[in-house]
Amino acid sequence: MPKHETPLLDQLESGAWPSFVADLKRQAGSRQQKQNEIEFQIPVDVVDDLLGLLELSYVEKEVHWKHGGIVGVFGYGGGVIGRYCDQPEKFPGVAHFHTMRVNQPAGKYYKTDYLRQLCDLWDFRGSGLTNMHGSTGDIVLLGTTTPQLEEIFYELTHKMDQDLGGSGSNLRTPAACLGESRCEWACYDTQELCYQMTMEYQDELHRPAFPYKFKFKFDGCPNGCVASIARADMSFIGTWRDDIRIDQEAVAAYVGGEIKPNGGAHAGKDWGPFDIQKEVIDLCPTKCMWMEGGKLNINDRECTRCMHCINVMPRALRIGNDRGLSILCGAKAPILDGAQLGSLLVPFMKVDESYDGVKEVIENIWDWWMEEGKNRERLGETMKRQGFQKLLEVTGIDPDPRHVSEPRHNPYIFWKEEEVPGGFERDINDYRSRHPK
Amino acid sequence: MAFISSGYNPDKPMEDRITDIGPRHYSEFLPPVIKNNKGKWLWHEILEPGVLMHKAESGDEVYTVRCGSPRLMGTETLREALEIADKHCDGYLRFTTRNNIEFMVDSKDKVQPLKDDLQSRKHEGGSYKFPVGGTGAGLTNIVHTQGWIHCHTPASDASGTVKVVMDELFEEFQQMRFPAQLRISMACCLNMCGAVHCSDIAILGYHRKPPIIDHKEVENLCEIPLAVAACPTAAIRPAKTTITDDRTGEEKTVKTVAIKNERCMFCGNCYTMCPALPLTDAEGDGLVIMAGGKVSNRISEPKFSKVVVAFIPNETPRWPSLAKCMRQLVDAYVKGAKKYERFGDWAERIGWERFFEVTGLEFTHHLIDDFRDPAYYTWRQTTNFKF
Repeated sequence: MPKHETPLLDQLESGAWPSFVADLKRQAGSRQQKQNEIEFQIPVDVVDDLLGLLELSYVEKEVHWKHGGIVGVFGYGGGVIGRYCDQPEKFPGVAHFHTMRVNQPAGKYYKTDYLRQLCDLWDFRGSGLTNMHGSTGDIVLLGTTTPQLEEIFYELTHKMDQDLGGSGSNLRTPAACLGESRCEWACYDTQELCYQMTMEYQDELHRPAFPYKFKFKFDGCPNGCVASIARADMSFIGTWRDDIRIDQEAVAAYVGGEIKPNGGAHAGKDWGPFDIQKEVIDLCPTKCMWMEGGKLNINDRECTRCMHCINVMPRALRIGNDRGLSILCGAKAPILDGAQLGSLLVPFMKVDESYDGVKEVIENIWDWWMEEGKNRERLGETMKRQGFQKLLEVTGIDPDPRHVSEPRHNPYIFWKEEEVPGGFERDINDYRSRHPK
Repeated sequence: MAFISSGYNPDKPMEDRITDIGPRHYSEFLPPVIKNNKGKWLWHEILEPGVLMHKAESGDEVYTVRCGSPRLMGTETLREALEIADKHCDGYLRFTTRNNIEFMVDSKDKVQPLKDDLQSRKHEGGSYKFPVGGTGAGLTNIVHTQGWIHCHTPASDASGTVKVVMDELFEEFQQMRFPAQLRISMACCLNMCGAVHCSDIAILGYHRKPPIIDHKEVENLCEIPLAVAACPTAAIRPAKTTITDDRTGEEKTVKTVAIKNERCMFCGNCYTMCPALPLTDAEGDGLVIMAGGKVSNRISEPKFSKVVVAFIPNETPRWPSLAKCMRQLVDAYVKGAKKYERFGDWAERIGWERFFEVTGLEFTHHLIDDFRDPAYYTWRQTTNFKF
């Protein structure tokens, strides 16, 4: 028997898509069943009470979690999100319902023994509810009590060699696409760079010293599978600067209909025979491709590496060999000054094993933003307030037409005194000697 | 419920303390076929919805079966996924950025048994546990936030709205008959911990009433200057008011804030800074629908989603108006877009005036931007428009 009636939530058990309500009920039932085997360290009915509380929100259409809650583990300023319910008498199982963020392995690959160990720990010391994964990328362990936080952290670090992720005004847990592990388009090793930067900046990740949150995301190519350009303060997006490699035989096979375009992504509908002119050449944003004598030609100097032709013909076209990454800055969600996409700062950088080039850009930006950024101001907003020129200045990067989609619309240039001959200090008497009042 | 220590000593928190060790290195968790061919993949192919094959220079092949998951998952279901991985995949699995689970095998003959196994598992209520799909020119999983499950600022529930939309469009998760991939995202307030502002279709929780001022608590719970500074439209100013003390019954003057309602854009930033300014309200809260954004650089530049529906109420538990709206948007897109054309590229090609016609959505004043400088760039500065 369920502890609380949930007539509204019950209606979300039907329908084909995996039901989170069914999942919650299953979890609640399993805790009831196992209470004699497992010495649960938080209330057995935590999930029952979560269902009850959620049902109340479905009835009233209002949230029942209190504002915030400062809890954490000793010495860290992030990794735990405190949560208290505003109906603790009715739902004591979720009176405390804190979340822990666990730093995921880059690319989110797992062995089952590792995850099983995590499940055992979380069943024992938490609600057993998870997100695989949270939006930023962490493994999210949803719902435990304050006394368990240190115990969980101790077990994670001592038995699982595993640290927490970030929350609050710090470096948030970096995330990467799966990169070279299983993708032919990765222009650098996203997983390794993600891991290296996570390790390099552990202090910034665990001990908030920033004006606001700061995100790194690592996309292996311009397709952008981790959406870095939309949501990371610094986006690292793979690219190349030589020629797209062409296999003319494979091009002919696509043209002849032997290979399905776009890796078979459109197989569910009859779009007619493949037409390379219409589907590739005419859709190229820079119109830098043409067919001649049955061969595909690309004027690579004009190519902007948008990935379309490569996506359509993965067996015929491959990314170039001179690979590296572009760095874009300032992407963020709307709160507060409106959403921003990342703006290009470093058009191209090789990634070497010292990672010195990447680190230099990161640290120059942090030095500036930590000094100048206001409370709760994301990097993109500081950039808007102080101007892109300032970002170039602090990173020591020379201005380049690649930095803009077009030059400025107004002549309101903030000339610096040293740029103008004779400086700004002038003598009014000297002026009046030529221009009497 | 006896307390069992992990070994941690609260009297000596620094004893044996391990910190700053970071995540586990990903290489510990890569299946052999992945590890052996890392950086040496040649090409890939989607064999059928939910099944990918990647070919390596070595001749090796890895077959990936992708399936959906609710982002909110208990250890029971997670353990079931682990059993499947043990049974079919030598104990390896991975998750995608969009909360799908991927099971990988190293030969083609292992695909069908794995797929059949995944498709056969259902919850008692009838929903799939691990529906196979989410590849190519179709619908994949909806990335979303916590909603009423765990967040303190939501204007809607995330898990519920996502379940409803995925039920409505479920067959498209297992098909590849769209013009291009369709990425739907859901965030339950505009903090957007899911950054949904560049999605083909975004569902966003939004408040529509200014904060309620808890005059008795403002001084106790808040730094008033921070609350004032938090407001992007300068709608909040410091004020004083008279309240009746709950215990003594005496009148007393307290420091508080005053809010200019006509300036409020309901962003909730003040509540984040000051818990005595709650916004949540059953009638005020609901959903905004945005459309036409993308993050990929393919063909056209990445772009923001645009607001196409100003408000849909929270019709719990199954949000019928939301489901209907999503169906309208998807049907119009599928009918009108060309092969490879993303939702936003289609809308721009036909023009937004035509977009509202073919989707049957109403255009109201709410959809015209009036927030700061960028607003001007969205107004029409030409006589080129369609009748």
